[in-house]
Amino acid sequence: MSLFDLSASEHLVSLESGALSSVELTQSYLDRIRSVDERVNAFLSVDGDAALNLASEIDERRAMKQPVGRLAGLPIAVKDILCERGKTTTCASRMLASFRPPYDATVIGKLRQADGVLVGRTNMDEFAMGGSTENSAFKVTRNPWDLERSPGGSSGGSAAAVAAGMAPLAIGTDTGGSIRQPAGLCGVVGMKPTYGRVSRFGLVAFASSLDQIGPFGQSVEDAALLLESIAGHDPRDTTSLNVPVPAYSQSVNKPLANLRIGWVREHFGEGLDQEVESAVRSALEVYKSLGATLHEISLPHSKYAVATYYVIAPSEASSNLARYDGVHFGYRTDEKEMLAELAADRKRLETAGDKAGLAHLDSALVRMYRRTRAEGFGPEVKRRIMLGTYALSAGYYDAYYVKALKVRRLIRKDFDDAFGKVDLIAGPITPSPAFKIGQMSGDPLAMYLVDIYTVSANLAGIPGLCLPCGRSNGGLPIGLQLQAPALEEERLLRGARMFEQATDWRKERAKL
Amino acid sequence: MSDYATIVGLEVHVQLATASKLFCGCSTKFGAEPNTQTCPVCIGLPGTLPVMNRSAFQLALKTAIALNCEIPVYTKWDRKQYYYPDLPKNYQISQYDLPMSQHGYLDISDPKGGFEAKRVRILRAHLEEDAGKSLHDEVAGKGDSLIDLNRTGTPLLEIVSEPDMRSPLEAKAFLNELKLLLTYIGVSDCNMQEGSLRVDANINLHIDAKEGRVATPIIEIKNMNSFRAVERALEYEAGRQWREWHETRRKLGDAPKQTRGWDDVAGVTRGQRSKEESSDYRYFPDPDLAPVTTSSKEVDAVRQSLGELPAALRGRLETDSGLSAYDADVLINQGRPVVAYFLDVAQASGDAKAAANWVTQDLLRTLKESNSTIESLPVTSGSLAELIRKVKSGEVPSTRAREVFQTMLEKRIDATAALQTLGIAAVDESELVALCQKLLAANP
Amino acid sequence: MSLSRAEIEKVALLSRLRLTDDELATMTTELASIVGYVNSLGEVNTDGIEPMAHAIEVTNVFRADEVAPSLSRDDALSNAPHADGRGYLVPAVLGE
Ligand SMILES: [Mg+2]
Ligand SMILES: [Zn+2]
Repeated sequence: MSLFDLSASEHLVSLESGALSSVELTQSYLDRIRSVDERVNAFLSVDGDAALNLASEIDERRAMKQPVGRLAGLPIAVKDILCERGKTTTCASRMLASFRPPYDATVIGKLRQADGVLVGRTNMDEFAMGGSTENSAFKVTRNPWDLERSPGGSSGGSAAAVAAGMAPLAIGTDTGGSIRQPAGLCGVVGMKPTYGRVSRFGLVAFASSLDQIGPFGQSVEDAALLLESIAGHDPRDTTSLNVPVPAYSQSVNKPLANLRIGWVREHFGEGLDQEVESAVRSALEVYKSLGATLHEISLPHSKYAVATYYVIAPSEASSNLARYDGVHFGYRTDEKEMLAELAADRKRLETAGDKAGLAHLDSALVRMYRRTRAEGFGPEVKRRIMLGTYALSAGYYDAYYVKALKVRRLIRKDFDDAFGKVDLIAGPITPSPAFKIGQMSGDPLAMYLVDIYTVSANLAGIPGLCLPCGRSNGGLPIGLQLQAPALEEERLLRGARMFEQATDWRKERAKL
Repeated sequence: MSDYATIVGLEVHVQLATASKLFCGCSTKFGAEPNTQTCPVCIGLPGTLPVMNRSAFQLALKTAIALNCEIPVYTKWDRKQYYYPDLPKNYQISQYDLPMSQHGYLDISDPKGGFEAKRVRILRAHLEEDAGKSLHDEVAGKGDSLIDLNRTGTPLLEIVSEPDMRSPLEAKAFLNELKLLLTYIGVSDCNMQEGSLRVDANINLHIDAKEGRVATPIIEIKNMNSFRAVERALEYEAGRQWREWHETRRKLGDAPKQTRGWDDVAGVTRGQRSKEESSDYRYFPDPDLAPVTTSSKEVDAVRQSLGELPAALRGRLETDSGLSAYDADVLINQGRPVVAYFLDVAQASGDAKAAANWVTQDLLRTLKESNSTIESLPVTSGSLAELIRKVKSGEVPSTRAREVFQTMLEKRIDATAALQTLGIAAVDESELVALCQKLLAANP
Repeated sequence: MSLSRAEIEKVALLSRLRLTDDELATMTTELASIVGYVNSLGEVNTDGIEPMAHAIEVTNVFRADEVAPSLSRDDALSNAPHADGRGYLVPAVLGE
């Protein structure tokens, strides 16, 4: 048993007792990264020196009995979508390959305050658009349980880093399942908090009304610890909720009495892999054995969730990503080439006597925009920008965007009704375990349908958590998703912890 | 007598007098070096979020209420999307289908009788963010433009009138009255040179033709940088549309709405090329900003705080003080302090007409020549009133009244003191009689 | 629901994207299949349902009108692909 098999909460005990120093701990994770990440590709950048300096500074403060933060000395990996002052923040996009924010995201600030040790920035689908981490402009991350398979996404780098023992804790973001789905496929714990629970300031926006930042850990305890450290109201984010944050790490080990678990009829229909279904059903039995009662419930509009999501998310994305135009920051196309190309186009049209063509010929500025964006964005990002622009454009706005917003309310109402009858909703996180790399790339729609169990929580704004609940015959992790009403993260964590303590799934680690 | 009517609607953008921008803490001061008043939020850097400036909303609310607008309980902000380098996010945070105010009006009139007093309806007034500036000429060499984002994110109130004006003169009167109102309630300095008040005009003609009344295509005129320019541009454009109608017979609907730019030197409008897709703004609710609700109690509180508005004040000067519409207008246009000074003088002297003459003539001339303000004037309303009374009582011959006023100004003394310095002794009538009798007796 | 190539070209211009002929072709088929799937929303009865634009319903969130320090011009321009020390440079916007 080596250090990286232990959870962050377990490390914290040794750090506080002095049995372990943060430098030792950080060094062992850096060694682990050096030895396995060339196979996993979880990190886009690692700053070992900075991490070790910070670690030793924290060790000194601890030795001198000075106050230290909640995460003091714990290495943390951060998805490369949170702005960090002076550090390149790429969103795994060529567009931001050399972008250095002049400011820190609120969550980065909170991690610093808690004396977390930022070890590196993790790979992701470009601008968080995707579910496989294959849409990264820089590298393809692999699933630590089977390097031929995808870790899921978009926070695949963070999930793989924790699964491979390269970091005890990691930060991800979840717009349609991007924390919970890779957590499920990588056999770790991942959580999407209530919308507004964690500040989005400094999170590079994909779909602003759906994006949430959340924790990855080896255990539910770790998720509670990390969430407690990053949650809270932020005056710089109008959509962050001004409500107190419970001490999750204190309450997480208290089991819930007479817990009512709901399972969703619509989640056990066709398309759900047999292995996954049986793993989830036996998980429900575990809860029964823990004294919980099981209730069949219905979310009648859940079958429209993916369609609703793929109107709203691309619409907001098409607007959020308009700022990447090569003017104020980020990538810009080669201007000489651009002007030469434009001159050639004009010449061609003139010799052809094509009046209409000339009238519609791009100005230099428009051509600069179009080339910059054509070269800076990958195919999935372009697809979603096109889809969103189409959905918002004149003539389609009401049929698509407004219609989707109305169905969104119906989806939320389904949850409101359900949570009148049950305390938590339990079910599968994905229809099947980790898929092979490249398996989905040919078929965007098939890839979108993987989100079928996860997008509803983002649309409704409620918290969701995924933890391991089984193994496929091929030895791949199978995840259990739990969902709770808005702001009931404490209930969600306690309910998840009950299951975790009653089972051994987290003790088995990926072999690398 | 012409056989057509000129139809004019105005769109006015007013910078609200806040210290910081609409969504970030950067200063709104005018005239700083390019790009020295920007931050991650107003540059639109990835990950940044807007947080609305309360006083910007309050100033907008104040203006809307002063414009007699209805204030809906619920309002929200939308993204207006178009690509332009002085708009770093490539969308403007504005308001689309649920503006913060609508259906107001502004009454205009012309003391010189150039047109019948009328009510111009306000379609809506909404709060939005300003864009930056593109400086074309300033960069030497290969046609680059330099982008300055200092102005980006400055709070703007967009005020849209109904097409209720029927002449360039009415349009100019509307702008004067609007500027007067905005400065009276102190929501903007309305400085057109510094761009804190910007005007676009929509104009077309309704022509009596054989086939009946026909409307010409609506033209939007831009780049007018003074009220006079607005008036001239509209005059020119009316004539141009008239000529164009006779040449082309093109009616409203035959062509998409065109934009033309005013060339103040050449005195003409010129067509601006508009991309066919540029009109598809793809508005949608901004997910980063919370909607705002306003209770009728809040609206009433703001209405109470407005004080007496120019229109009401003008009415009071005409009825209570019995001033001519012209004199009342001259006074109102001087702003609150001068009007207050006048009211004091009128009250203390008991002669509004004389007070008006003094203030609108000698006093304003003095202020103009010494370009000083009423506050710094050495002649208090009290001593001007005293002078007026003395003239009325005959104590000061009206022929020498101006002389006394000048002395009061120069020596910074009151009327009585001025009379002594000028040796104007009050002459008693009985002494006069006695004197006459002596003379008669001496010369039988 | 099929999308015409002309429609896709218009959307590409609105999006300020430049697509090769091949990209246009694949984009046309891919968007058509996604839009076809999304059309299932038409089945849902949404009469009298308010659109839900925000995940949480908060209102009236303001900041005080206080001036905070801005970035230095160098910091502001530090990420600009093309700047001259005073501002961002772009191909002439005249006539845009
Ligand atoms: Mg506007
Ligand atoms: Zn700013």
